[in-house]
Amino acid sequence: MSDDRRNKPERRVPNAPPQPSMPRRAGDSGRVRAAIRDELETLAEAGAEEQAQPNEKEGRDPARKVIALDNVSLAFDEPILQDVSFAARGGETIVVVGESGTGKSTILRLILRLLVPDKGRVCIDGQDITELTFDEALEVRQKMGMVFQGAALFDSMTIHDNVAYPLREHTDLSEDEIEARVREKLDFVDLDPDKVMDQLPSELSGGMRKRVGVARGLANNPEIMLYDEPTSGLDPLTTATITYLIIKLQRELGVTSVVVSHDIRSAFRMASKIALLANRKISFFGTPEEMTGSDDPYLREFLGGF
Amino acid sequence: MQPPRRKAYRHNNLHHPYLILERLNNSAKNVVYALQEYFALAGKAIGFIFVKPFYASDTIQQMNAIGVGSLGIVLLTGFFTGMVLALQMSVQLQAFGQTALIGRIIAGSMIRELGPVLAGLMVAGRVGSGIAAQLGSMRVTEQIDALNTLGTDPIKKLVTPRVLAALIMLPLLTVINDFVGILGGNVIATFYVGLPSSLYWRTVYEQMLAGGFTLRFIPNDFVQGLIKPFVFGGIISVTGCYYGLRTTGGTEGVGLATTRTVVTASVLILVVDYFLTQIMLTLFKP
Repeated sequence: MSDDRRNKPERRVPNAPPQPSMPRRAGDSGRVRAAIRDELETLAEAGAEEQAQPNEKEGRDPARKVIALDNVSLAFDEPILQDVSFAARGGETIVVVGESGTGKSTILRLILRLLVPDKGRVCIDGQDITELTFDEALEVRQKMGMVFQGAALFDSMTIHDNVAYPLREHTDLSEDEIEARVREKLDFVDLDPDKVMDQLPSELSGGMRKRVGVARGLANNPEIMLYDEPTSGLDPLTTATITYLIIKLQRELGVTSVVVSHDIRSAFRMASKIALLANRKISFFGTPEEMTGSDDPYLREFLGGF
Repeated sequence: MQPPRRKAYRHNNLHHPYLILERLNNSAKNVVYALQEYFALAGKAIGFIFVKPFYASDTIQQMNAIGVGSLGIVLLTGFFTGMVLALQMSVQLQAFGQTALIGRIIAGSMIRELGPVLAGLMVAGRVGSGIAAQLGSMRVTEQIDALNTLGTDPIKKLVTPRVLAALIMLPLLTVINDFVGILGGNVIATFYVGLPSSLYWRTVYEQMLAGGFTLRFIPNDFVQGLIKPFVFGGIISVTGCYYGLRTTGGTEGVGLATTRTVVTASVLILVVDYFLTQIMLTLFKP
């Protein structure tokens, strides 16, 4: 985690160690919103506090480049990305922002090796994944959890089966162990396992589906989490919940994340670094503070009134 | 995925000879590419039948959906086809005083041709479209990408069970279709033409003997009648999966995929049926 992130204004010292769980939606949304704001702030401070002490958490080695794109170019009918380079170090959250249709989601597909770049390299944990065969790529993907824009839950399966899917595919866990893990992950994303486990995705709201998507992505305890527009199409309250969840993941599990978003407000909340994609290139890469401090006219225009 | 942007340069005259040639060239390339993809998908799907992990529960589920689910429609088509065939034959054969041969004609045409083709066409309409719609929706809602991301080969998880189920169930459906068709013929022969049931079934039996035998005891009619639905099962499931997996453009794309599946599978069934018949008539001479 970069230090700049810790220097954000208005931080309070966390109160008691057992943190209150995320408030569920209630009729009194003003109260809930205030609670969420408090929660986010507490969380940010908890992170700052944690950062002050030497951190032994696995996967959070700030020197290690977990995800690296080296001069990646990709074109279909016409160029989409040209010479795009950036790296995410252990435990960082990179938020890729940009206008619609600039190839943000394409970057996630490149990292997942659902697409192969025409030029350049994509490295996961130092391993160049561009040259892998299909089967090898399937293995590398197990290090990653992906949350899709529309959650992409399997609609023929219950929530339990959805979250259990990666475990059944790739582990030898018994059904009891799988159920315990599913409950743990659903708890983590603040869903009541007893209530939702036997429901079908179509019976849940958009925000809940997205949280189940996060739980499924997390099921296999990945080192890397990728989010495609995690907050698009959600109301401000649910947006805050999802943002909270991404921050919580980063803080508590030390997961390295790449988030594609055009929600600049939540980007500022969760990002260690922000990458701005414009004209097929990364036109800015740096911390949120550097971004707000920049004089670049396009950047200023993009940030608008923020 | 990004929507393709408008081409920066476009020739003003669309009928320019060079452009026509270029378009011809492109569409020819697309056809070849599509064929290659189609056969690659079929090859992979069949190859994966023998490679772990096996998705047995998915396969059984598909066998239920494809086979058991299509039973009603196949029973109805078979029965009425047998009846209408008997009705038409009774009129035609009466002119020659040969109504006793109704059983032979119905058995021959049902087992060799109509049973497999009708079962194939009905299942193409019912199941092929279903497969395309399901995989197409999974594609547009990113569920296929999710499978890939979760470390599963979508072909293995989705295509192989469907292809395997169709390969097994289509011949079984055809046998039922044949039997029900001959039974329908029996009803008309007995109650409309006045032919005794015993005579009708004897002529059916004679027809099977007349076709000759493979391996000395399997009637050639059966061999012909069972190879065809096996091939048709492959055509229906692979076509459905092929169009389903390459669906683009949201719900409209899903609609297109289902239409294309039914049209392509039906046409392929009829065309392939002709060539299979030609080949098998040469191989299994009576």
